[in-house]
Amino acid sequence: MSLATGHGKRHGTTWRGLRILFVGMREERRLFSLALVGSMVFGALTVADAWVLGWATDHVIAPSFESGELEKGLAAAVVALFMGVAILRALGIIARRLIGGIVYFRLMATYRRRVTRRYLELPMSWHNRHPTGQLLSNANADVEAVWESMMPMPMALGVVVMLIVAVIAMLTADVVLTLVGLVIFPLLFAINIGYQRFLSERVSLAQELRADVSAVAHESFDGALVVKALGREAAETERFARVSHQLRDANIAAGKIRSIFDPVVEALPNFGVLLVVVIGVERVLSGAAQAGDVVQVAYLFTIIAFPLRAFGWVLGGLPRTVIGWERVQAVLTARGRARYGDDALPGSGALRLEVSDLTFGYDGAGPVLDDLEFDVEPGRTVAVVGLTGSGKSTLASLLIRLVDPVKGSVELDERNARDLTHPALADAVSLVPQQAFLFDDSIRENVTLGLPVDDDAVWEALRVAQADRFVGELPQGLDSQLGERGTTLSGGQRQRVALARALVRRPRLLILDDATSAVDPDVEARILHGLRSRTEGGETTVVVVAYRKATIALADEVLFLASGQILDRGPHAELVARSPAYRDLVDAYDMARAAADREAAEIP
Amino acid sequence: MSDGGRSRVGSGEEVTGWQILRRGFALSPALREGLGVTLLLGALSTIGSAIVPVVIQKTIDDGLLGTGGIDRSQIWTYAWLAAGVVLVTAFAAYWMKVRLYKASEAGLAELRIKAFRHVHDLPVLTQDTERRGGLVSRVTSDVDQVSLFLQFSGLLMVISVGQIIVATVVMAVYSWELTLIVWACFVPLIASLRYFQKRMTAAYAKVRQTVGEMLSTISEPVVGASVVRAHNIATRTQERVDASINANLAANTAAQKLVAVTFASAGVAGGLANASVVVFGVLLGLAGHLSVGTVIAFAFLVSLLVGPVQMATQVLTEAQNAIASWRRVIGVLDTPADVVDPGESGVSLPRGSLTASFHDVDYAYPDGPPVLREVSVDIESQARVAVVGETGSGKTTFAKLLCRLMDPTEGMVCLDGVDLRTLRFSSLRDRVVMVPQEGFLFDASLRDNLRYGRPEASDAELVEAIVSLGLADWFETLRDGLETQVGQRGESLSAGERQLVALVRAYLADPDLLVLDEATSAVDPQTELRISAALDHLLSGRTSVIIAHRLSTAEQADQILVFDAGRLVERGPHAELVAAGGVYARLHASWVAQSHLHAATD
Repeated sequence: MSLATGHGKRHGTTWRGLRILFVGMREERRLFSLALVGSMVFGALTVADAWVLGWATDHVIAPSFESGELEKGLAAAVVALFMGVAILRALGIIARRLIGGIVYFRLMATYRRRVTRRYLELPMSWHNRHPTGQLLSNANADVEAVWESMMPMPMALGVVVMLIVAVIAMLTADVVLTLVGLVIFPLLFAINIGYQRFLSERVSLAQELRADVSAVAHESFDGALVVKALGREAAETERFARVSHQLRDANIAAGKIRSIFDPVVEALPNFGVLLVVVIGVERVLSGAAQAGDVVQVAYLFTIIAFPLRAFGWVLGGLPRTVIGWERVQAVLTARGRARYGDDALPGSGALRLEVSDLTFGYDGAGPVLDDLEFDVEPGRTVAVVGLTGSGKSTLASLLIRLVDPVKGSVELDERNARDLTHPALADAVSLVPQQAFLFDDSIRENVTLGLPVDDDAVWEALRVAQADRFVGELPQGLDSQLGERGTTLSGGQRQRVALARALVRRPRLLILDDATSAVDPDVEARILHGLRSRTEGGETTVVVVAYRKATIALADEVLFLASGQILDRGPHAELVARSPAYRDLVDAYDMARAAADREAAEIP
Repeated sequence: MSDGGRSRVGSGEEVTGWQILRRGFALSPALREGLGVTLLLGALSTIGSAIVPVVIQKTIDDGLLGTGGIDRSQIWTYAWLAAGVVLVTAFAAYWMKVRLYKASEAGLAELRIKAFRHVHDLPVLTQDTERRGGLVSRVTSDVDQVSLFLQFSGLLMVISVGQIIVATVVMAVYSWELTLIVWACFVPLIASLRYFQKRMTAAYAKVRQTVGEMLSTISEPVVGASVVRAHNIATRTQERVDASINANLAANTAAQKLVAVTFASAGVAGGLANASVVVFGVLLGLAGHLSVGTVIAFAFLVSLLVGPVQMATQVLTEAQNAIASWRRVIGVLDTPADVVDPGESGVSLPRGSLTASFHDVDYAYPDGPPVLREVSVDIESQARVAVVGETGSGKTTFAKLLCRLMDPTEGMVCLDGVDLRTLRFSSLRDRVVMVPQEGFLFDASLRDNLRYGRPEASDAELVEAIVSLGLADWFETLRDGLETQVGQRGESLSAGERQLVALVRAYLADPDLLVLDEATSAVDPQTELRISAALDHLLSGRTSVIIAHRLSTAEQADQILVFDAGRLVERGPHAELVAAGGVYARLHASWVAQSHLHAATD
């Protein structure tokens, strides 16, 4: 399922956007209602404020001048009224802004949680089809974009009351004039439609470019060392500048459209008033209306300007709401779930591994693994060897059910892996991948991942992984914090921590997928020797995807894969003797050595 | 080396809000361009929007309610006038907004690019240890925040200030005494704002901090998806994510409380002002200073002031958030680059193979343990030098110092006798190239990646380079040839192929001193052979320093430098060192044991 959303003109953004906001209002209905009440209080008291002023003029100022003195009671009343209204109005504002803001933040939090929950539920096959940058943006920037227009909503809805009250008051003054004035509403509506259409297109483009800018920066900073080493800072900056300027232009294009809308929204009520006054004059002259009524309608019109502006804010943000929603919904409605069984895996100690008819391939391409069949006795170490593309890593993923085969099965101690519960499977089988992912956390947490083991067990695992020395040398030892992706450690150190993570669980089947690639050969040898004590003790079966002769040599036997099938199997020496292809593969190492020896011999 | 998670990049916290604004404008000259005209337009639209109600009022007062009865022509005159003012105001507002968008977007694009460039100038250590997302956000979302602010709130601020000024002037015309009284009512508001401002700065800083942590934990279910499934830690991961999301929610709520209270207090001050005007207006009027008409008119004028004051208060609160973001961006720009290009005042070295030397060099991480101690060595021109040692022995630091990716804490590193620090970068980066351990490739074509070594190279030259390194047959296997897309970080190629590309790139750069950190990633034997051959071709005729992970590299070197715990403990050709039976002999023996295991079992 593709998450791509085009950036062409969109239709009906207004309605769709409003419907989305209604969803949000329903989800937080209690708090939103409070904010709405606050907004209505605010609106009502704004009118009250005007009324108090009128009252003060008629009942305090004028009479006091006439009588020549200011009665204490009246003065107190004035102060009380104004302050009372102001304080109540302030409470209304607080309710509206604070609670309105909380609604906005809560909605964002809720949707972030939902999106990340989906990420955790969806199977690896789904993850493999979507770039991480896009998924991160869905959980963050897109969620934000959806609910942006939520902030002015309480205000906009609250003042609808003001609007309705004002219109009713206008109608009681003079129906014809009111209708004349209200002609601005259809005008506003029409303008809004055009505005939405033009704006969505540009906003969508700007949103994409924003992601591009982020991607370029991300990649460039990732390769900062290469950039520095080759002195290509200027070239990189040029590349970034290009896409930054594109974003700038897109934002300006969107801004131009917005710049038209707001002044129009401001100007319309004013034109409405003028229209009312001018036509009102005709009506007064013809005797159809009173001057006072015209004044009333005109005055009430000026009050309407305010709610109209609030509507404008909401309408203006709807394109982003709709676009963000589409992107977020693509994740929330994605189907697919990793299915686990109900069985536990009884017993302890090394597992027996049986693979039958194992077939796996990606849609549209040929099979990566074809009818694989092999057994591994408990406690044995098997090396899987083959050229790049022979299916070794895929096999590793299948053994731990990161992906499921198209055909065939993986059995652990005669139980189908698919029948096991997730905890049972994860407890029994550990995979150490080539690219170690470390969390923004302490080394201890990175190794235990929340498993309740004591530090001794952690140190033991680090020891076998040959990581205890460098961890011990860190100033805070196990408590040392690792940065994003554990970048403060070297590649080899990261791999060893990932290995310790697998080992601390005392797995019954350990799968190493080129897990020592960044580690020095002598250290790797020590690791493999260390593992021996666990295999020979019958504690764990080991399947290791091997590239180095040293690794192969330490295995009990070798599985030779080519083009997704097992070409041969047996102890290393036997395979060398009887399989020319295998011999070629492994001898190539020797050839490299031999070539080097020859050259060395030539150097005087 | 872990540093306990403290950021080395400046957060700009030491600087006040005003200074940030000033520096922000200084760093983005486009913001100031035509600011005069923009402000003028702003003033125009402000005055316009103030005049409109006045004209409308006059139309009603004089036209409808006037003592002479209704004067149609007068009303029409006023109406046309008012309509004209409305149009001019709207047009001025439109024009001003467009100019504002242009200026702010252009100015902030400048800032973005400056910050981006500076990130590349940051010390290698800082680049390595800083949260990648943190650096990216400074050139993206932080700048976006400032942009949003300038375009919406910043504009409102300008208009509000304008309206406040206009209102004050108009009020003063009616009665300067009442004007003073009104302003006196706003004094407590201003005082409280200063108090709130400090707390808001802290609140928004907290918000941004929680945002950073949230972004980090949210990346776990995405980037670490396979780890989460393999170890069945979905529940734990969800809990971590939820916790960081909730922390962010709490921080936002706390900041919002301050915002709401601040905004509301402006309204309360307004109520006080209204009451004061009525009471004191009457008192003053009774004392003979003011007429009843003035007092009444003034009472209505106060509202002209209160609205903008409230708006300005709101904008001030939003300014805190924007200033916090601006601060972070400026913080990056303020973080000093450690290795600085001497530029014009530096020297250039003529082409030709280089000698290199270390003179009593020490290196220690800032407030960290020493990594290199008293290293002195001379490297001859065209020599092939291998550097060996266990992880953490300092050999990678040695290589980085040699390329001037870092500067020594003590001592001097020289090329042809010239201190690296006096060497112009244009010359240095041309002559010395480092190939790091992990061949980093950009998400582009093979051609683009190779051109990174020599931007002006033609396709023919690229192919020639590939052939010169003996890689013609590998190149044949690429279906799209130079057009081949290598993918993010080069993931479409195998690890071995990435190394090959890095080598060709280095060859194209044609350095006089090549520093290579040999990759340890195991590759399939065919590629292994190709790499060895390519390396051979690459090294001939150049001075080279290789951090060796392959037995053959060390054995073939002219000189081997052996590092142990930060010191250069042994040096010499292979045979000598083996015979000496020291650190190297031990390392060599274990190496041999690994690769000869096969021979033994045969």
